[in-house]
Amino acid sequence: MADSPTDKLTEQRQPVPILGPGHDYASVTDKISAIVLTRKTPKWWILGFAGAFALVMLLLYAITYLFAVGVGIWGIQIPVGWGFAIINFVWWIGIGHAGTLISAILLLLRQQWRTSINRFAEAMTLFAVACAGIFPLIHMGRPWLAYWMFPYPDTMKMWPNFRSPLVWDVFAVSTYATVSLLFWFVGLLPDLATLRDRAKNRPAKIIYGILAMGWRGSAVHWYRHETASLLLAGLATPLVLSVHTVVSFDFAFTIVPGWHSTIFPPYFVAGAIYAGFAMVLTLSIPVRKLFGLEDFITMRHLDNMGKVLLATGLIVGYGYMMEAFFAYYSGSQYERYMMLNRMGGRYAVVYWCLVACNIVTPQFLWSRKVRASVGGLFAIAMVVNVGMWLERFVIVVTSLHRDFLPSSWGMYYPTRWDIATFVGTIGLFLALLFLFIRFLPLISIFEMRSLVNEEDKKAAE
Amino acid sequence: METDNKNGGRPDVDIAALRQATSEGHTPRFWRSLDELAGTPEFRDHAENEFPHGANDLGAALDRRELLKVMAASAAFAGLTGCTKLPTQKIVPYVRQPEQIIPGKPLFYATAVTLDGVATGVLVESHMARPTKVEGNPDHPGSLGASDAFAQAAVLGLYDPDRSEAGIHDGRIGSWAEFQNELSAALAEEKGSSGAGLRLLTPTITSPSLAAQIGVFLKGFPSAKWHQYEPVGRDNVREGAKIAFGEYVNTVYRVDRAEVILTLDSDLLTSGPGCVRYAREFSRKRRVENVESKMNRLYAVESRPTSTGGMADHRLRMRASEIESFVRTLAKQLGVAVAAGPAISSSVPPEWIPALARDLQQHAGASLVVAGDHQPAIVHAMVHAINHTLGNFDKTVYFTQPIEESPINQWQSMGELADDIRSGKVTTLLILGGNPVYDAPADLGFSEILPKVEFSVRLGLYEDETSALCHWHLPQAHFLESWGDAKAYDGTITLIQPLIAPLYGGKSELDFLALLNGQAGKTAHDIVREFWQAKQVGVPRFDAFWEKALRDGVMADTAFPSKPVVLKSGIGAETPAAFPQGLEIIFRPDPTVWDGRFANNGWLQELPKPLTKLTWDSVAMLSPKTAQRLGIKSEDAVELKYQGRTIVAPAWVMPGHADECVSVFLGYGRTRAGRVGTGTGFDAGWIRPYATPWIGRGLEIRKTGHKWALAATQTHNTMEGRDLVRVATLDEYRKKPEFAQADVEKNPLSLYPDVKYEGYAWGMALDLNACTGCGACVVACQAENNIAVVGKTEVLIGREMHWIRIDRYYEGNLDDPHTVHEPVLCMHCEDAPCEVVCPVAATVHSSEGLNEMIYNRCVGTRYCSNNCPYKVRRFNFRLYSDWETPSLFGMRNPNVSVRSRGVMEKCSYCVQRINAVKIEAEKQDRSVRDGEIVTACQQSCPSEAIFFGDINDPNSRVSKVKAKNLNYRLLEELNTRPRTTYQARLRNPNPEIEKAAAV
Amino acid sequence: MKKETIYGLMAEFKTSEQLLEAAHRTQSAGYRRIDAFSPFPIEGLAEAVGFHRTSLPLVVLIAGILGGCSGFFLQYYGAVISYPINVGGRPLNSWPAFIPITFELTILFAATAAVFGMLAMNGLPTPYHPVFNVPRFALASRDRFFLCIKARDPLFDREKTRQFLETLASREVSEIEI
Repeated sequence: MADSPTDKLTEQRQPVPILGPGHDYASVTDKISAIVLTRKTPKWWILGFAGAFALVMLLLYAITYLFAVGVGIWGIQIPVGWGFAIINFVWWIGIGHAGTLISAILLLLRQQWRTSINRFAEAMTLFAVACAGIFPLIHMGRPWLAYWMFPYPDTMKMWPNFRSPLVWDVFAVSTYATVSLLFWFVGLLPDLATLRDRAKNRPAKIIYGILAMGWRGSAVHWYRHETASLLLAGLATPLVLSVHTVVSFDFAFTIVPGWHSTIFPPYFVAGAIYAGFAMVLTLSIPVRKLFGLEDFITMRHLDNMGKVLLATGLIVGYGYMMEAFFAYYSGSQYERYMMLNRMGGRYAVVYWCLVACNIVTPQFLWSRKVRASVGGLFAIAMVVNVGMWLERFVIVVTSLHRDFLPSSWGMYYPTRWDIATFVGTIGLFLALLFLFIRFLPLISIFEMRSLVNEEDKKAAE
Repeated sequence: METDNKNGGRPDVDIAALRQATSEGHTPRFWRSLDELAGTPEFRDHAENEFPHGANDLGAALDRRELLKVMAASAAFAGLTGCTKLPTQKIVPYVRQPEQIIPGKPLFYATAVTLDGVATGVLVESHMARPTKVEGNPDHPGSLGASDAFAQAAVLGLYDPDRSEAGIHDGRIGSWAEFQNELSAALAEEKGSSGAGLRLLTPTITSPSLAAQIGVFLKGFPSAKWHQYEPVGRDNVREGAKIAFGEYVNTVYRVDRAEVILTLDSDLLTSGPGCVRYAREFSRKRRVENVESKMNRLYAVESRPTSTGGMADHRLRMRASEIESFVRTLAKQLGVAVAAGPAISSSVPPEWIPALARDLQQHAGASLVVAGDHQPAIVHAMVHAINHTLGNFDKTVYFTQPIEESPINQWQSMGELADDIRSGKVTTLLILGGNPVYDAPADLGFSEILPKVEFSVRLGLYEDETSALCHWHLPQAHFLESWGDAKAYDGTITLIQPLIAPLYGGKSELDFLALLNGQAGKTAHDIVREFWQAKQVGVPRFDAFWEKALRDGVMADTAFPSKPVVLKSGIGAETPAAFPQGLEIIFRPDPTVWDGRFANNGWLQELPKPLTKLTWDSVAMLSPKTAQRLGIKSEDAVELKYQGRTIVAPAWVMPGHADECVSVFLGYGRTRAGRVGTGTGFDAGWIRPYATPWIGRGLEIRKTGHKWALAATQTHNTMEGRDLVRVATLDEYRKKPEFAQADVEKNPLSLYPDVKYEGYAWGMALDLNACTGCGACVVACQAENNIAVVGKTEVLIGREMHWIRIDRYYEGNLDDPHTVHEPVLCMHCEDAPCEVVCPVAATVHSSEGLNEMIYNRCVGTRYCSNNCPYKVRRFNFRLYSDWETPSLFGMRNPNVSVRSRGVMEKCSYCVQRINAVKIEAEKQDRSVRDGEIVTACQQSCPSEAIFFGDINDPNSRVSKVKAKNLNYRLLEELNTRPRTTYQARLRNPNPEIEKAAAV
Repeated sequence: MKKETIYGLMAEFKTSEQLLEAAHRTQSAGYRRIDAFSPFPIEGLAEAVGFHRTSLPLVVLIAGILGGCSGFFLQYYGAVISYPINVGGRPLNSWPAFIPITFELTILFAATAAVFGMLAMNGLPTPYHPVFNVPRFALASRDRFFLCIKARDPLFDREKTRQFLETLASREVSEIEI
């Protein structure tokens, strides 16, 4: 696609537009809704979905065996009581954050370029949270008792221990999932109406009709709809910050060297956004190509996301440096040993890979050329995805495997079941994503229409 | 499971291929037994099929014999689970309850555990006529209330599902009646030759009544021979005495009177007769109350590191063969006329021996020199001479008549037996206990010659290697099922009474001899009782005497009196031969499975061996220097070639081991031990020659290129400069009494106000100056709290379940480090980090400040363990507890719930014991007395390293101990405010040597 | 006045500007029962059809406060009143640890109120509505803009109103069956 005109970042003052030329209400509506309604299912979709679904089956298999035998099938032990499960949990939750950020914070900041990516960014959030949500449940020794984490009047007259960050997690993550879903649905409502009105066959009409709830685009409805969206954005913004803060509390709240750190909340949030944007790039680049949406997701979007990636990457890098500095400055021999152990211990390779992925790689984004090359962005995004997973590995495993009493030090090695479960959730994520792009408009149609409207106004002036 | 093994932090091991390299008959079925222990699904599938354990031998074809065995077993189990049968004879409960003994529902009976014939008195806790826990017997001189790991593990031995359940006659089930017929026929034949072809093989016998029975039997067959044999025998000790005094004597030490002690390759404190008592006497002489307190001083010269060496103030590592030369040099210094020995290659600091000699002389009469059982007789003789010159006789050491009923040179007698069999002289061989086919020196070739015997009978607990080659195998009764008597280390008569009728209709040695002597119908109880009645003619009311003896477990004042001895002259006068060249090999009993008799005991298999912290394996130990020279690393599978026999063993680089010397340990590589023991480790006995059973030279060692994964519970050996074990010399302490409390915050910061505990507040103190790291507490805890055994693969991953562990750290240089032990159990922190993070409040504080774990509330997030800085929490990653094997149900402590899969567990300060005592106290409307509550670990500890009690009461023992300025908290700076505190370790080095070492 | 047999009249426009303009004109013409339909939100249109403010923000605020209070009380009740227990030596009411959940519940309640409040005030879901009877209305969700004067309007008169609407440069005017 590099040769198509919009891909070339020309040196002129105003940057590439966020909407390709020659689009009107009808064209955007038709182009996007066609993906769902008229176009025949492409081969790559069928293949892709089949692959993803196979991985979902693998996930089910791994979980079934897990429930039959116990978490002993994983590599966890004493002292490393948490392994892949928690690493994956934090990784997925982090990925989710970009979605909310794009749809909420950028909305508040009136960043119009968000329009064409927020829909599937939000979808990505939902699916990532769904994947993340699996792990806290299955990592329990007795998962069938997971509901004990929720406050409900039970026969034992017991309540959860509200002082435990894990209980905070339960509330934070479930709230996050709920709000993201609602936000997503509110955004979908008018587009569902569009699909209802444009659907050719009856079943589609009925299904989309029910989902659209009889939306008819009345001025008053639009008014309340906008108010609600703004309020939701206003609520989702502190929420998304709080969620990863709470997740970071899982570690910061403890006394484990390498976990017990005040910098964790901001540095986790930054990391989350970092990971999230990387994932949005990873997804949007192939999607725009496959559906020929280069006019809607333009180089401008990719460029902006590249910049965000760079910015958050720098924050994360700062976080790493501060961790090291605190370890030294704390004067605590345990903290110092932890840091040295990360850099030179038996897991040092992982640490340096992480530095290479998360600090060195994004530096390429300083260059316009790199930000202008779709391939380059995709590669960097991929590397960052890996890097962020490694970060969680370093935090969880290297901190635990050598804590206070050398007599109890040990090594953690994942088993095939650890890996199967992880890969399985990736499959689940992709499967859901495939279903989404096939059956729902992956770009917010009505917002594109207002965008057209704006562009026309601009043109008129 | 192999995935787990891969991920156990060790390189792949192709065990099968590895073991192929080992000589025939040594190929183990290692993984199988571990699968069972680890409770893998495959295993459970098998468990769920219609036969109970052992029925379907996990894949092995089920032949008729096994089937019958199983049916017999099922019948026995049915009996067991239905209702347990009390012995028919009157047994007398231990009713007098001294302060240290826990009162409560269960009854306690006094009986005795014997090891190599030496009895250690114990009290056995019995719930509903089911023995569940062994405790030391305070009235017994060999116990003083404590016990060793072997005694603690005895109950598992009783309930072991692999125990022999029926007589086996040439591979078929055979009844006692059948046997009796065959026996009487055989004996009738022997009568003709007055028993010329009749041989009786027993372990060391110290039981007067049994000896009497044997006497009766031998009278009937004048030309029959009685052989005694122990693979870990004490012939050298006996022969040493013969050289020194011209007769066999029994040596008894008075460690409580010794100011300066020298041990020569001896593990005085943790193995051998009287070790439990010696450990206590030793630690009492070391207990420091304040700066005025004095300490005894221990010098240890040893080849491979022992717990005793770990306690030493001065330790000298030396090849076992060279210790003789060392003794000669020392003797000279002390003015004993002996010939000099060959030069010592191991480095001895020049000032060492003179300083030692001076120290011994300055403490003449209060010094003690002890030689190890495995040192040659001449060393023992010279040591007697030295003790004599130092005037220690009848002060720190005294002699009595032998406690063996017939002291002989067992090694020689075993040799004769082998020759007789080989030359076809033996027609009838009766083997009571023991396991010669496995543990007799390989070059006697018992496995080949035993089938030559026309009629061979074996009475044994297990149907093992020996049983397999005998015509008759008969199930032996466990000592907890038997009547009997035995002598303590000092000759005290100790009675053995059964707590339960034989589970599988086994017979004790006494029953068996009754059978031999045609006294059918006469029970062991009658025999013992009549024997003593006959002896106690003088006693007016024998019944009262008998009852008291049974109740106390000992016959009062029956210890042998000191026996005057005359030291021969010219001991060690003749110049010894020079050492042969080459690498040295020493054979030692394994610290946890001993000579192999405990190989099928999961508790002892999984008990981390002192110092190495290894489980489930025996190793070939060598020093770092030697390992470097040979290019060998720990866990390398090496081939040991000695006197023409080879075996493959895992190497273990052992700091503090003597150079140019390899230690191997007996008791492993069993081929018919049972599901637990079969195939674990390698059989060092295979290369153990008759000629040099303990120390030899000319070992060849080469790497096989394979690895042999070893499951050590501690893989990091230094403290990384952390203040975990606080050590100082006595002088340093006197100069700076607060050294252990340097970092104590006078008023530590806290956001929250302290919680006040009204009434009781339980706390514990651990004296690092006393702990020898023997591991008795670990097994005691396991027995008391129904702690599961997880198996080697799980230990490899790091999932052992022990609630109390003994950390071992090295200080100083790798070749010859100082060793410190630190028992770590739940600290019951006031501000417990584990509790705050538990999402479901499954671990919370009790009103008495206990950190309580509520199993049925636990959902298993393991967050608590992550946040526990002491890592004392243990998690059931799989279903570790055995919920299938019926025989094990009887063993469990009914007051402690058996944990299931997915639940966290940890030390509870034996809350069940606390509550038992509290209930008792409330019934009597009084408060709990100090010392009334004794935790399982504290109870078993030979060296009294553990104190427990109410820290709200300033006068309680534990409060007083905590008040000492040696008291410190582990990881004080974390401000978790643990209830468990430590007493700093003190060393009492000889200033002369210390100074010289400094320069 | 006589009962009308239709819901109202609907005029179709090509651009948002035309619709906005028309809406204003209708207002000034005195019509009050009017409604406008567009494929995307148009600034000022709601005001133009005589709608001035929504109480949604107030609802959300109240819900948020409610959520926060119930969040904290839930924890206080569980930890202090219902099952007081010593956890790691912390006081029963260790309020700093109760903040996160309080916050999360505030958001949860507020967000839920925002969405369901919006739907409720908009009277959604509405399975049936007369405007759907206008065949071309389907384009309201694509690229067409509609203005509707309801029959309930006092000034409403089939003929006059139709003529009025036709003056508004509308593409065409159609009747809305009930």
